[in-house]
Amino acid sequence: MVNDLVVEATDLHKEFQRDAFQVIALQDVHLTVQKGEFVAFMGPSGSGKSSLLYIIAAIDRPTRGRVKVLGRDLLQLKERAMADWRNENIGFIFQTFNLIPVLTARENVELPLLLTHLSRQERAEHAATALGLVGLSDRMDHYPRQLSGGQEQRVAIARAIVSDPSIILADEPTGDLDAQSAQEILTILSRLNRDHGKTILMVTHDPHAARHASKIRYLEKGQLLPEGAPQPE
Amino acid sequence: MPLPLSYNLKNLTVRKTTTLMTALGIGLTVAVLLGILALVGGLDKALQATGHPLHLLVMRKNSLSELVSQINREAVSSIRNKPGIQQLDGEPMVSPEIVTVINLPRHNSPDGANVNIRGLPPMGIRMRSNLKLIEGRWFRPGQREVVVGKSIARRYVNAGVGDRLRFGRGDWNVVGVLDAGNTAFDSEIWVGLNQLATDSNRMEVLSSVLVRASDPVSLQALQNAVADDQRLYLEGKREVDYYLEQTNSAEPVKFLGIFVAVIMAVGSCFAAMNTMYAAVARRAREIGTLRVLGFSGGSILLAFMIESLLLSLLGGLIGVLLVLPLHGLESGIGNNLTFSETGFDFRLSPAIVAAGVGFASIMGLLGGLLPARGAARESILSALREL
Repeated sequence: MVNDLVVEATDLHKEFQRDAFQVIALQDVHLTVQKGEFVAFMGPSGSGKSSLLYIIAAIDRPTRGRVKVLGRDLLQLKERAMADWRNENIGFIFQTFNLIPVLTARENVELPLLLTHLSRQERAEHAATALGLVGLSDRMDHYPRQLSGGQEQRVAIARAIVSDPSIILADEPTGDLDAQSAQEILTILSRLNRDHGKTILMVTHDPHAARHASKIRYLEKGQLLPEGAPQPE
Repeated sequence: MPLPLSYNLKNLTVRKTTTLMTALGIGLTVAVLLGILALVGGLDKALQATGHPLHLLVMRKNSLSELVSQINREAVSSIRNKPGIQQLDGEPMVSPEIVTVINLPRHNSPDGANVNIRGLPPMGIRMRSNLKLIEGRWFRPGQREVVVGKSIARRYVNAGVGDRLRFGRGDWNVVGVLDAGNTAFDSEIWVGLNQLATDSNRMEVLSSVLVRASDPVSLQALQNAVADDQRLYLEGKREVDYYLEQTNSAEPVKFLGIFVAVIMAVGSCFAAMNTMYAAVARRAREIGTLRVLGFSGGSILLAFMIESLLLSLLGGLIGVLLVLPLHGLESGIGNNLTFSETGFDFRLSPAIVAAGVGFASIMGLLGGLLPARGAARESILSALREL
């Protein structure tokens, strides 16, 4: 159903300059993601997984092609509008957590809400709810340095979901974690997808992590392999 | 919406040493500036407040100060008879005076400094109604007695009541201390006119004649009458203008001080810039993350500018605290018109403190501008990829 399309990318092409070399990150990528899907993107380093994620997140722009996310043509947005759009629609989870070290867990989670019209009280309540969802109600006033890696990533997930975005994008969310913490994170993501209907796009190297997704897509040398294609060697 | 202020404050407190070192650098610059402004402010106060608005100081034409002016005694009668002079107890308010200069040893300078001696009649004292005797009594005519300004009493050797000062032809008893409300008279020694004239062998030659007009219109008329009297070759200057002109003696100090402060300010700007560049570099990934969360480049620019401003305000506060002990401190500066020293108090007024804090803020804003601009303009991806 066309109305359920969350991501619609056509002929995406991304090139960038690295020193003296022209690097092709993505070429001729066609991608559609339905609402409520949990898609894992896999592929070797430099295959273009993260580049695709950044374009969908409106963090980067393609060299050419079209990309519509939640029905909005991202290329039509100016810088400031892109920032607002990201805040409203995208929750982003980084491999290295990227929490602000001088802010507590609660303050980190509240950050995206500072850009909304919520009152201080409402922001605090939303942050507490999000931290509760990831099982960190008792760590709200802890600073990142006082948390384990797994807990930091859970705070990052709370920050990603606190503004109730439609899409959650995760760039190797378990890449820096031990197996047990990784499992906890994947369980939370699965729950967000299954119980809360969030559309999740996750980049990963880990086949075990990818198995939590409802669909796995492979990239190789900047090209998105057809759906159902076997994992490249 | 901008980032919360707590974000900036916490970032500054996390880097305590760097923050304090940079703030101290800014603080020293502010202290130098405030020290100079306090000096100039004190001196301006001492000189600008001196004089009565209806007083005309008559001196020889083209004389820059009373010290170099010479007036024959016969001229006094001529001046006394001019119209428009205010009367006091049936007497015209006219005070012929002699001003000369002597060297006296100072507590912290045994070689001494020049001090103005003013010889004046009782009318001269009555005409300075805004001064008061704070210790002892006035000198008696015919006696080798002096009254010293409070600045002289505090800063010079043997200048207290009961002491004896040696100048001219012998010793003089200090019988009183006068408070002229932090004006230039606080830096003078006053004696009887005829006593000083005898002692300095200036029986026929005076330095100036102070005249009080009955009203502002008469003051102008009197000024014109003195200037137009070809026999006298004198000119009248409003007393307040005369002392105001002497504030120029502080100009070289003011210029030098501000010059040094500006050079230090440039250095402090670079220190603030260096600190902020380091902060931006260290927090590149943090900046990238904030941008991903939806904060605009403008929010980032504002956050770093606020941080730099807070840093410089801390520096400004340190500068004020460093210079605060100077407030009220008594000092003196050589006056190139009177060839004597004018005492003054360092005055750290609220306006001067505000100027120092404003100066620190400007340093912070200038120092923070380029790093903040760089942080705001860096692409999100390159910021996220910084280690």
